Amino acid sequence: MRFAILQFPASNCDQDCLHAVRLLGHQADYVWHKATSLGDADAVVIPGGFSYGDYLRCGAIARFSPVMQAVQRFADEGGLVLGICNGFQILCEAGLLPGALIRNRSLQFRCEQVFLKTAAHDAPFTEAIPPDHVLRIPIAHGEGCYFADEPTLAALETHRQILWQYCDAGGAVTEAANPNGSLRNIAGICNQARNVAGLMPHPDRASETLLGSADGRRIFESMAQCWARRRAA
Amino acid sequence: MKAKITITPKRAVLDPQGKTVQNALAHLGYTEVGAVRVGKYLELELADGDREAARRRLAEACHRFLSNPVIEDYRLELE
Repeated sequence: MRFAILQFPASNCDQDCLHAVRLLGHQADYVWHKATSLGDADAVVIPGGFSYGDYLRCGAIARFSPVMQAVQRFADEGGLVLGICNGFQILCEAGLLPGALIRNRSLQFRCEQVFLKTAAHDAPFTEAIPPDHVLRIPIAHGEGCYFADEPTLAALETHRQILWQYCDAGGAVTEAANPNGSLRNIAGICNQARNVAGLMPHPDRASETLLGSADGRRIFESMAQCWARRRAA
Repeated sequence: MKAKITITPKRAVLDPQGKTVQNALAHLGYTEVGAVRVGKYLELELADGDREAARRRLAEACHRFLSNPVIEDYRLELE
């Protein structure tokens, strides 16, 4: 499987993503933000970082990059797109995912391990995550508080688009386990078609036991499993 | 011609920065201050010309790019 890893000015997790995907035996190539095509990519990862210095709003400028037009077309055709941290912010700004990421309620930049409950296992990004397995994945962000108005939140719940929620080590979704004030403890969501997802935690930084957790692999493995099944069909 | 654009968080959106500034004001004795909301201010220089056309163009830019309608409101003034 071929992954395209996008690079914007001030992306800084592009190498982590490339490494994580290659570790799983897949191909991964960088795609520069000025590119107008994704080549023959089977999936796209928009990595974390501080694209365009987070000026104006996180992701607000990156979303107008030429490559995002290609991502839009790719997503419209059903291609798998995963946005991590700044990548999640870019997808929300681009309107590929609903809602927005705003300043953490604490006003602090939070850089720590968190626990995630997988709230829906029937998405291309979660299908390889064992039921009841609490993921341990790090976060590193100042603007990761998920916000959407009530009708949007209700729609997310109705269509089971909430994929991951911050929880405690036992899997309980509590206020204390919420590192940034996200509504409904949302750590990650997908679109209604379920082929575009974003999350604030970094699976790319949790893909080897050496790094403290290999739980992040499950998300990339889910994408690969979904892609292989689609191709066989 | 100059455009002045003020962007503020929507009422329904939590503004922890505004809350912190309000608390700090209270600590300094400005207890008469109620809710504070912190936003952004932009000044744009424009060539002189059709004001209504300029307003339409900038309103579009505010909606598409300068503000995020999910979380922010904007006010546009031309002078």
